[in-house]
Amino acid sequence: MDLKLDHHSEDSLTIVDVEGEIDVYTAPRLRELLIDLVNKGNFHLLVNMEKVDFLDSTGLGVLVGGLKRVRAHDGSLELVCTQERILKIFRITGLTKVFGIYASVEEAKEAHGRDK
Amino acid sequence: MATVELTFSALPAHVRTARLVATAIARRTGVAEAILDEVRLAVGEACSRAVEAHRLHCPGEPVRIELRDDAGRFEVTVTDAAPSEEPKPYVLDVDGAFMPDEMAELGVAVIAGLADDVEVVPGPKGMRIRMSWPASVDGIAAI
Repeated sequence: MDLKLDHHSEDSLTIVDVEGEIDVYTAPRLRELLIDLVNKGNFHLLVNMEKVDFLDSTGLGVLVGGLKRVRAHDGSLELVCTQERILKIFRITGLTKVFGIYASVEEAKEAHGRDK
Repeated sequence: MATVELTFSALPAHVRTARLVATAIARRTGVAEAILDEVRLAVGEACSRAVEAHRLHCPGEPVRIELRDDAGRFEVTVTDAAPSEEPKPYVLDVDGAFMPDEMAELGVAVIAGLADDVEVVPGPKGMRIRMSWPASVDGIAAI
């Protein structure tokens, strides 16, 4: 499956919906989107990965790159993910300590509201 | 022992094909369904690393993948032709401030976390990553 990307803003939070496979072939498109969003002043990103079928280290690299960019603007990049096969790669690499990972968009929005 | 060999041009689009082939053969070899996701991810990581290395050093050379059903193990060997050194240990900087070139080591770290038997052999003529998983002893030999 290819990669589908969409995004919309809710208050100060930009929600990026990702569907499909994030790998060495498709990850550059996600990277471009994250860079574009940051360049346009969106510094609080929530990447919804509930419809991601596959994620590899290239995808992790893109997410880490996005996190570095938003942090340079005192922003945040957090994730929505409940799929065990996706969470496993975050655990193997220790990146669960780096990203805020939520069970739903609503939960993430609530946490973002508290942190503002 | 049954073997499938696949060579592919060092293009990112072909990594998905390699993943699909490896997963299909793992299933036929008798690898448990619960482990197939790990096989798919580990093979994808090894092939991605090889493709990136070839694009830097030898874009015209193909990447080679060998899949074997060997005495109750499903073994995958990914071989590239790009000069390589011993992978640096992946150490997470908790603030996420590692540099992009270090992300290359992340792939090997992921493989090590997924396969219960991994061998990484770097060298001036390329790197070989061999990994294996348990399969049913009487797995389908006629791959």
